[in-house]
Amino acid sequence: MELGAVNGIIDKYQAKITSLISILHDIQDQYNYLPETALKKVASRLQMDLNDLYGVATFYKSFSLVPKGRHSITLCRGTACHVQGGPKILREMKKELAIEPGQTTKDKNFSLEVVNCLGVCAIGPVMVVDGKFYGEMNWVKAKRIVEKIMKKGNGGRA
Amino acid sequence: MRKIKSAANLERAREQIISKQKKYAAVISVCGGTGCQAYGCAKVKRAFQRGLGKEKLRGRVALKYTGCPGFCERGPLVTLYPQNIFYQRVKVEDVPLIISETIQNGRKVEHLLFEDSVDRQKIISSQEIPFYRSQMRLLLKNNDLIDPTQIEDYVAVGGYQSLAKAIYQMNPEQIIKEIKDSGLRGRGGAGYPTGKKWEECRKTPGDTKYIICNCDEGDPGAFMDRSLLEGNPHSILEGMLIGAYAIGASQGFIYVRHEYPLAHKHAEIAITQARKSGLLGRNILGSGFDFEVETAKGGGAFVCGESTALIASIEGKVGEPRSKQVHTVMQGLWEKPTNLNNVETWANVPLIIRQGSQWFSSIGTEKSKGTKIFSLVGRVKNTGLVEVPMGITLKEIIFDIGGGPKDGKAIKAVQTGGPSGGCIPAFLFDLPVDYDSLTQAGSMMGSGGMIVLDEGTCMVDMAKYFVHFLREESCGKCLPCREGLKRMGEILDGITAGRGNRESLFLLEELAAVVADTSLCGLGKTAPNPVLSALKYFRPEFEDHIDQKRCPAGVCTALIHYSIAEESCVGCGACKKICPTKAIAGEKKQSHRILSELCSQCGSCRDVCQVNAVWVQ
Ligand SMILES: Cc1cc2nc3c(=O)[nH]c(=O)nc-3n(C[C@H](O)[C@H](O)[C@H](O)COP(=O)(O)O)c2cc1C
Ligand code: SF4
Ligand code: SF4
Ligand code: FES
Ligand code: FES
Repeated sequence: MELGAVNGIIDKYQAKITSLISILHDIQDQYNYLPETALKKVASRLQMDLNDLYGVATFYKSFSLVPKGRHSITLCRGTACHVQGGPKILREMKKELAIEPGQTTKDKNFSLEVVNCLGVCAIGPVMVVDGKFYGEMNWVKAKRIVEKIMKKGNGGRA
Repeated sequence: MRKIKSAANLERAREQIISKQKKYAAVISVCGGTGCQAYGCAKVKRAFQRGLGKEKLRGRVALKYTGCPGFCERGPLVTLYPQNIFYQRVKVEDVPLIISETIQNGRKVEHLLFEDSVDRQKIISSQEIPFYRSQMRLLLKNNDLIDPTQIEDYVAVGGYQSLAKAIYQMNPEQIIKEIKDSGLRGRGGAGYPTGKKWEECRKTPGDTKYIICNCDEGDPGAFMDRSLLEGNPHSILEGMLIGAYAIGASQGFIYVRHEYPLAHKHAEIAITQARKSGLLGRNILGSGFDFEVETAKGGGAFVCGESTALIASIEGKVGEPRSKQVHTVMQGLWEKPTNLNNVETWANVPLIIRQGSQWFSSIGTEKSKGTKIFSLVGRVKNTGLVEVPMGITLKEIIFDIGGGPKDGKAIKAVQTGGPSGGCIPAFLFDLPVDYDSLTQAGSMMGSGGMIVLDEGTCMVDMAKYFVHFLREESCGKCLPCREGLKRMGEILDGITAGRGNRESLFLLEELAAVVADTSLCGLGKTAPNPVLSALKYFRPEFEDHIDQKRCPAGVCTALIHYSIAEESCVGCGACKKICPTKAIAGEKKQSHRILSELCSQCGSCRDVCQVNAVWVQ
């Protein structure tokens, strides 16, 4: 695997241990997951034990050690979104994609994530598709968005 | 802005900025906060840029991309100065009209004004809108006046004056006394007196000390800290600078959860600008005081908001809490004395230094001073951020500011304090909002989430929601927290599935007591609160689930039945089309009915029925 970007990312944060989570997030943004070789590089440059690094990478749900799908669907499961009908959207998405939160569809087209709160509770329930926010969602609208991406085929991002 | 080398320099810079800003005849403030971005405000801003260019107005009209003024639900928001016209739900198509009508002709665009739901009057300025009328906006005041990426805007409204005053006119002891006298208590949840914490940290021996700003904001349904750091990052930096000077710290960290990319970005920009302007780094304002700040990102684990877990996370370790036998003010980050405060706490500091402890302590109640920002969300008409003086009643917040129930259903409770808090029933809405009253009512102030619940919310489901939330967020270190919450979740699952009995409730209470007593950190210690408060105030709802196998709110799928009211059904067939289990029969234009043996209680038919003919029992 080509890991040219990893050194650059670590340099950007001057290989500081306090930036560990930022470094891991940047690597994940670059490769769509945390490749093992990248983690080895981080451990050696930050002078960390690789096991400890794995401990950190698996502690946070926002990190993935396996490649994620081409499209990411994130649902908020915060309280405000919950009382406004969030669970119904999640139920529908699980059915539509036939996966559980944290998983990726077999064809690698979609990953389904849940987060605790995105901080835009005033417009809940909230859903984020490939970085774009959708407020005041309901399951019908959510389904339509996913179907639209599916129709575009398995190609690149929407 | 050029480097500022003294307090006098700062004043001159401010005068220059103000005189430069005066050349603009008008200012257009477009909210650029995360909420409005979700509504497409970036496009609105670009449309203004183009429009102003086309009309050759760029030199005369300033366009500002500001932080969040709080009424996110009505976004994108645009405010026009000097007339102070508040436009809401602004679309790209509205922009040419705003420019030609309001900017060029001074006329209002009626359909963009807020309409009072009672008398149908159009309201021009935000101050007149019921949502804003009863608020007291001290911390949020500048959010729609300044561009958070421009340090000049903050200096223009008097920014960094408190820092200059603290450094040049006060000594550290005087600053700490001022904060103590003000009565400021931490806004992160527990309400610990801020001045006292600072004093303890200052008194702890040690050459290296740290301060931390906690912007993890893990409470679901809360976004006060996001809006402050995103909208006015320099006010947080200024608070931290004053704190560092008083405590004797040389390094600070702003810990921001990764779900808040804009807040993180604005904090980074502010740090760079402050450093360039001589307000951060070495020899601040020419006084010989040195202080550095950097940001650290969170990984999105709720427990990382807890101080010791947060510190572990900055150190590059797994974000697990440790015992607080030794307090972090003595041994925190890298075992050094560390003072950690919440974003909103830091934001209050410059105000107190500038206007004095007496002014600050004149606001609020005897033991809870100043204002508090709440995020008012859920089943209420007006949602958004509200800043109110402590001591205001829940009723005033929910009904006067929030406008009451969203769509006719009666409000039955408000959830405060996040997963550590509880639900306060409507009959207690006369309670004043302060640290002690809310705790007495079995909930807590917490960081400021206020989620309004109505008759369509099932309290058993709420209790279940929080237990599952906390079980997933528990770091798993303590057995009672890990296993106890799991068991509590199973019991609540059983009750909502119709498998509960009276024993279940006693077992639930017993487990709750054990988890609270024997967990290490605040997460486990407070985890049973939402369940206990629900049991305390809404026990009949639990009993309905157990005895009658009925969910009065119509939420718990296993306990509800769907049916179609013959007299209301128009036979449009929408429900039949959507039903995943083909449980609906009926011809077009004739009344439909549900075959209950096939129905999976998904609720889809009710959602699509335009005439509300589908009933849930
Ligand atoms: C599980 C848990 C989560 C917490 N989350 C936060 C948080 O997200 N933000 C925050 O400021 N404080 C949070 N706190 C409280 C902090 O540990 C700490 O008390 C607070 O930040 C201190 O600042 P203050 O004195 O200014 O309130 C949390 C506490 C616990 C036990
Ligand atoms: S109480 Fe829960 S979250 Fe806190 S340290 Fe123990 S297991 Fe972890
Ligand atoms: S609740 Fe769902 S399964 Fe039952 S009739 Fe309605 S649409 Fe069909
Ligand atoms: S609860 Fe969903 S965005 Fe906050
Ligand atoms: S983000 Fe625009 S009003 Fe809150």
